[in-house]
Amino acid sequence: MSSNSVSGWLGDVAALTRRNILGLRRSPEVVMFSIMQPVLFVLMFNAVYGGAVAIQGGDYTNFLMAGIFAQTMVFSSLISGITMAEDISKGIVDRFRSLPMHPSAILVARSLADLLVGVCSIVGMLITGLIVGWRWNGGLGALLAGIGMLLLFAWALSWLMIALGTFLSGSQATQGAGMLIVMPLSFLSNAFVPIESFRGWLRVFVEWNPVSALVQCVRGLFGNLGTAPVPQVWPLLHPAPATIGYAVIAAALFGAAAQAAFRHRLSR
Amino acid sequence: MSFIDAQELRKIYQTRSGPVRALDGLSLDIEQGQVVALLGPNGAGKTTTVKILTTLARPDGGSARVAGHDVVRDAAAVRRLIGASGQYAAVDEDLTGRENLELVGRLYQLGRREARRRAAELLEQFQLAESADRPVRGLSGGQRRRIDLAGALVVDPPVLFLDEPTTGLDPSARAALWDVIRERVHAGVTLLLTTQYLEEADRLADRIFVIDRGRVLATGTADDLKARVGGLRVEVTVANDDDLPRLSDAVAALTPNDTVVHDRTITAALPDPAGALLRIIRCAQDAGVELHDAGVRRPTLDDAFLALTRREGVA
Repeated sequence: MSSNSVSGWLGDVAALTRRNILGLRRSPEVVMFSIMQPVLFVLMFNAVYGGAVAIQGGDYTNFLMAGIFAQTMVFSSLISGITMAEDISKGIVDRFRSLPMHPSAILVARSLADLLVGVCSIVGMLITGLIVGWRWNGGLGALLAGIGMLLLFAWALSWLMIALGTFLSGSQATQGAGMLIVMPLSFLSNAFVPIESFRGWLRVFVEWNPVSALVQCVRGLFGNLGTAPVPQVWPLLHPAPATIGYAVIAAALFGAAAQAAFRHRLSR
Repeated sequence: MSFIDAQELRKIYQTRSGPVRALDGLSLDIEQGQVVALLGPNGAGKTTTVKILTTLARPDGGSARVAGHDVVRDAAAVRRLIGASGQYAAVDEDLTGRENLELVGRLYQLGRREARRRAAELLEQFQLAESADRPVRGLSGGQRRRIDLAGALVVDPPVLFLDEPTTGLDPSARAALWDVIRERVHAGVTLLLTTQYLEEADRLADRIFVIDRGRVLATGTADDLKARVGGLRVEVTVANDDDLPRLSDAVAALTPNDTVVHDRTITAALPDPAGALLRIIRCAQDAGVELHDAGVRRPTLDDAFLALTRREGVA
């Protein structure tokens, strides 16, 4: 790209990101539910597992919060896929593509705008967490670093959902297929129960699940790890580089897949 | 070479029930400044043609050029010259009219201030100023279509593609939209529109391409097409549905070929229309068939269209 077309691309991304945010603001139910859902999860899991799951050297509420944060990031990435599929099926993407703009900006703007939903649900969860007695045992810097990790992960995963939404081009199908991905990803992890609860091959999946690395990393930054020994696998021993690595790989891989699906699907 | 030039376009869509030939060797030649209508029933290939010409779909065979630029190899150059709107390229319902137009302006690479100025100008021109700041979702069908059309005019492109611009509008909204379209035509744009409405093609277009099953069946002015289906028509309408078979048999006996039955109306092209009309009325009288209407009239574009697509259906 020449410098002229780089600034053109940035302009397209800015204009479309603004459009996506306006769209989210005009359908507040999407944002509202994505805030309410984690709030409900905090209250439910805290009530159900609070007495049943023993956390070595800590309490369950503190243990749980990083898990809910991570799970919410995973679930909210669905919005990217669903809105992408809607824009395609409604013909809005075709309108954009008939204009002299950069088609890749449509995808990038989608991934950026939906970060805002992530930020909103993080704020909602922070407040709920503090109300039910969660405390982070680190500085403000560590808290912000944790939030940064969560958003990085959300952004990376939104590329998977954008690829899916582009490939399926229907919001119902995208939601259904997306659930099949986000459910095991968030529940077969250390988000809600200690990793020792898993056995056999499931344990291997959980240990290498990127969500586990994210949870481990955020839990560490929030100072909510407790005293349980860390499983001897690389991603959990080095959760920060592992999370960043997973995110970069996912963004690159699924970003390319989304581009390919977009080009293929829409030139038909 | 023509300003818009399509040669032997082919497009096959794979569906669950097997491949569908959306375009089967369709060719178009449109001069600069012409207004052309693609007329055809649902599934004829109108939208697919427009999607290819606006660079949104790739043909499986054949080639197309807009203002000399190949729509596949030179897609970026084509996009700078065209404005497109219609069914497949929609406006964003969550955004207001103003936001939609500003966004389109930005994506045409206008500066922020210029995009804003142009949006305000178009909203004024299209009498949308009052509803400009309400989300499109809440607007009437006519207002939406005007925003849609305005979106295609943001940079005053020399070539316009409008896909079924008035489908679903009431007659007054349709007439209002026609006025806006005519204004652009006077300004000298080359316009290709698709429509299912013969009246729309008749009113707006210099030239009509009748399309069915992915091919051009006929082309010419509305008058050319009408002339092709012959002279005066005899048209009788029965009062009761039950009487229809009896009378249509009688008419078919007079002319086996060009009889069209639609609802309760029988239309036929006959060598001696006045004499035939008298015979049909007498025939109806003898059989005790009550007539609702009977007369001789000039062929309409409907007749041409029905005759052309019917022949194709038989073949």
